[in-house]
Amino acid sequence: MRKEEDSIFYGIDKLTVFIYVILVFMGWLNIYAAVYNEEHKNIFDTTQKYGMQLVWIGSAFFIATVILIIDAGFYTVFSYFFYGFLLLACIAVPYLGREVKGSRSWFRFGSFGIQPAEFMKFATNLALAKYLSNVNIEVELSRKNRFIDLIKNYKNTIYAVIILSLPLLIIKILQDETGLALVFIAFIITLYREGLSVNFLIVGLLSTLLFVLSLVIASNTLITLLAVIACLAFLFIKRSLKHFIIVSLIFASASGVVLATNYVYDHLEPHQKTRIDVLLGRGTVNLKKEGYNVNQAKIAIGSGGFFGKGYLQGTQTKYDFVPEQDTDFIFCTVGEEWGFVGTSSVIMLELFLIIRVIMMAERQRSPFSRIYGYGVASVLFFHLAINVGMTIGLVPVIGIPLPFFSYGGSSLWSFTILLFIFIKLDANRLVILR
Amino acid sequence: MNQNSHLADRKFIISGFFIFVAIIYILRLFYIQIIDDRYKLDARNNAFRNRTEYPLRGYIYDRNGKLLVQNVLSYDLLVTPKLAKGCDTMALCQILEISKDEFLRKMKKACQAPNSPRKESIFEKQLSNKVYAALQEKLYRFKGFDVQSRTVRRYPRPIAAHLLGYVGEVSKEKAAKDSYYLEGDYIGISGIERSYEEQLRGVKGKQIVMVDVHNKTKGRYMNGLYDTAAIAGKPLFCSIDIDLQEYGEKLMKGKKGAIVGIEPSTGEILCLISSPSYDPNLLVGGKERTKNYTKLYYDSLNLPLFNRALTAMYPPGSTFKLIDALIAQQDGLITRSTVYPCHGGYPPMGGRPKCHPHPSTDLPGSIATSCNSYYSYVFREIVDQKKFPNFEDGYNHWRDAVRSFGPNTKLGTDLPFDKPGNVPSIKYYNKIFGKNHWRSNTVVSLGIGQAELTLVPLQMANVVASIANRGYFYTPHCIKGVGVEKKLDEKYKKKNYTYVQNQEAYNNVLDGMQKCFDAGTATASKIPGIIACGKTGTAENPHGKDHAVFSAFAPRDKPKIAMVCFVENAGFGGTWSAPIVSLMIEKYLTGKVTRPEIEKRMMEANLIGANHVSEKKTKTKKRH
Repeated sequence: MRKEEDSIFYGIDKLTVFIYVILVFMGWLNIYAAVYNEEHKNIFDTTQKYGMQLVWIGSAFFIATVILIIDAGFYTVFSYFFYGFLLLACIAVPYLGREVKGSRSWFRFGSFGIQPAEFMKFATNLALAKYLSNVNIEVELSRKNRFIDLIKNYKNTIYAVIILSLPLLIIKILQDETGLALVFIAFIITLYREGLSVNFLIVGLLSTLLFVLSLVIASNTLITLLAVIACLAFLFIKRSLKHFIIVSLIFASASGVVLATNYVYDHLEPHQKTRIDVLLGRGTVNLKKEGYNVNQAKIAIGSGGFFGKGYLQGTQTKYDFVPEQDTDFIFCTVGEEWGFVGTSSVIMLELFLIIRVIMMAERQRSPFSRIYGYGVASVLFFHLAINVGMTIGLVPVIGIPLPFFSYGGSSLWSFTILLFIFIKLDANRLVILR
Repeated sequence: MNQNSHLADRKFIISGFFIFVAIIYILRLFYIQIIDDRYKLDARNNAFRNRTEYPLRGYIYDRNGKLLVQNVLSYDLLVTPKLAKGCDTMALCQILEISKDEFLRKMKKACQAPNSPRKESIFEKQLSNKVYAALQEKLYRFKGFDVQSRTVRRYPRPIAAHLLGYVGEVSKEKAAKDSYYLEGDYIGISGIERSYEEQLRGVKGKQIVMVDVHNKTKGRYMNGLYDTAAIAGKPLFCSIDIDLQEYGEKLMKGKKGAIVGIEPSTGEILCLISSPSYDPNLLVGGKERTKNYTKLYYDSLNLPLFNRALTAMYPPGSTFKLIDALIAQQDGLITRSTVYPCHGGYPPMGGRPKCHPHPSTDLPGSIATSCNSYYSYVFREIVDQKKFPNFEDGYNHWRDAVRSFGPNTKLGTDLPFDKPGNVPSIKYYNKIFGKNHWRSNTVVSLGIGQAELTLVPLQMANVVASIANRGYFYTPHCIKGVGVEKKLDEKYKKKNYTYVQNQEAYNNVLDGMQKCFDAGTATASKIPGIIACGKTGTAENPHGKDHAVFSAFAPRDKPKIAMVCFVENAGFGGTWSAPIVSLMIEKYLTGKVTRPEIEKRMMEANLIGANHVSEKKTKTKKRH
């Protein structure tokens, strides 16, 4: 028994590692299909992306091993260091990095490129876990709802939100990487688990709903509709001044959201506007221009049928009809060549990994590990939902990778680090109580 | 462990939310991958292209197996505009002999729907040999341009243009109606090419090829499992004799008119000549073709595209008298020895219609001398016979009897666009004269093939063939058969009987026709060693000089060829049409011509220009 405890692999969750390896392997198979070219059949050909991806996978396994060897305490101690260091890297990259295809988010080392923003995910997750576990309180509204509690808890919430907002704003504003920036919204799920008021989520969801509605319905109509709802509300609630003020405030802020939406929409960049238009079917969508990507993605997936066309048999995939098919649109390859069987399997496998991570998080005795675990699940879920959603036309096109599937060193390394730090923390759960 | 239990419960909400989203996605995938078929179709349209393999059009041979129409390769220049950017425009314009403006116009057309900058489309059709040779050498310099071969028609002997017709691009309307054709496909537009389009065109082959996003071919779908090969069109054996046709066209050079020859025992058309004609090779080829067609179309003096043999409605003139003679005998109104007076005209009408001086004759003599007075009597005998107390019944009887020989009917021949001609109906004359305001004497010149009576040369040839057959004809047709098995439609094997079945009547008429050569109006055209039967005609024509007509068949027993010749504005039938017919009959039956001086005179005669009258006016509209 002693021997086993000494091993660096002691206590690690083999099932999680197993799913990880399967996903990475499946991802590579689909990258091979997406870039498949009869002239370059050698899988180790590093001039081709599948050859390069083998290099990334190999190095990711190495990184994973290193993470498991390092003492778990290292991650808690250096949480803020990672966060700070990577935040600086993110600030520096637009000035120091070289511009690649119009993107200013890369550090180049010869033919290799590293995107610090990708690594910001695990660092932010570490910092958030550190902060929330250190203050040792939950970001929770007291049920008693006393004024002093509100202030106290909101202060914690505000710090947590600042931890999340810094990378979001830096990546969005300095690097203009919308996809990479939006990921940090996913941590709201962690905050919720740690006690964030449901009201926040309800307000958030309602605002989102209003946002979408005000894009679809004319704002005058919508505000009238809200007024009608407010009047109806007066009929059903206790008539007092306090309630009157509350309902009026809600109505006013809802109307504000509606008006703000149009303002925000008008100030979006053209390509972002069209992405929203494409999704909501507003105006005429030109399938040769702005609608091309999503339409081709749907065609590739939709033509797969139940069993798919067979590995390396996908005409849309082989003949390059879907742009970005090895990276953000890798799910199209799965859809066309493996059919519904493949797509539902991939979704279920990713979901299984996420649920498994939640289960592991819940068995942690240390809040740090639990909070970090939820961060992992949230980030993975956000990527899965957005990436798959955009290929099947359910969410606007936001360029983020499918975890463990999409081609790319930075994203694979980043997901590997994110996941394996948690596996290490989990392996240590019985050893110390933090 | 300082979390409250109600916070731990939030794991269920979070997990539930994740699972909920995943289920929504899987349902959505189920819908677009399994239920909705639209994407499968879109995927096909994206990556599959149906390529057509064009079959070889069937060759056409004459009745003796000599080649009339063949195929030769021609080349179209294709362009993919997207790839053609930055090519040496000036050099290409120079080779193609086009201006830069035209180049840009063509390029624009290749970019617009239904074409696209990424799609290959035709830039210039059917390059001339000179251009192709020049281009072939330098094609590598013009990126995005490619040459595609196709076959076009070639006519080894430049004859029979009207009979063979031509092939051209299918009209948009036809392409929309008939699923076989796509825009840009070729189709037979006139003549045999049109009538036998289905047999000649063959079956298109289909290939499904896969293309990538740049429309680059990536190979065949399923290695060609669903592809079909093109099947070449069937060869066609035409009934015409290529040598006879060529000889006839030579004789008609410099004259307007038509010659139709029929083999009476089968109804096969031996020659179908419309003059002036044109070289059928002019109507193949891209740019040239349009130019040539326009030139032919606007030649209003000669109307070379006008097929006189099928559509020119001529008054038959005296050749029509044969029919009157036959009907009157069938009805028992006249016999061989019947004699009518003629004093330089038809006495009851004060010498109208006029006649040339000749002694009074019996029936055969009346044919040989072509007596107008005789046939005015005969016509009125038929119409006013006692059997029909009502004038209109008598007239209709005559009309129906005439129509049984083919005039004023659609014969049902296999050539498109034939006209029926006109044997005026009672209604027609009632309109002109008013009901009951006309009688047999009013329209007496019908009896001599004048007045409003018109027919097309093919119908007249059919009348002669019926007489040669002594009472029946086969529907004239211009093919012996389709394919190697020489299949022929049953309707061409059926005998059509005329009103006159009295064999003695035919004998008397043939005696007269034979006498026409021996001692009548066509003695100068007597063919040595062949007993031929003929009848001259001089069709009065209100717009100019008379048309010369001659009908004949030979030999008298077991006739091999029946023929009619119209020469417009040439005058007396015996002078122009009879020699031409006699030469052609001699050539056809013996293979040689024994009267070179007549042949020379006929070939050298140029009758166009002597009388500028356009053809359309030959349709007699007014009574004269």
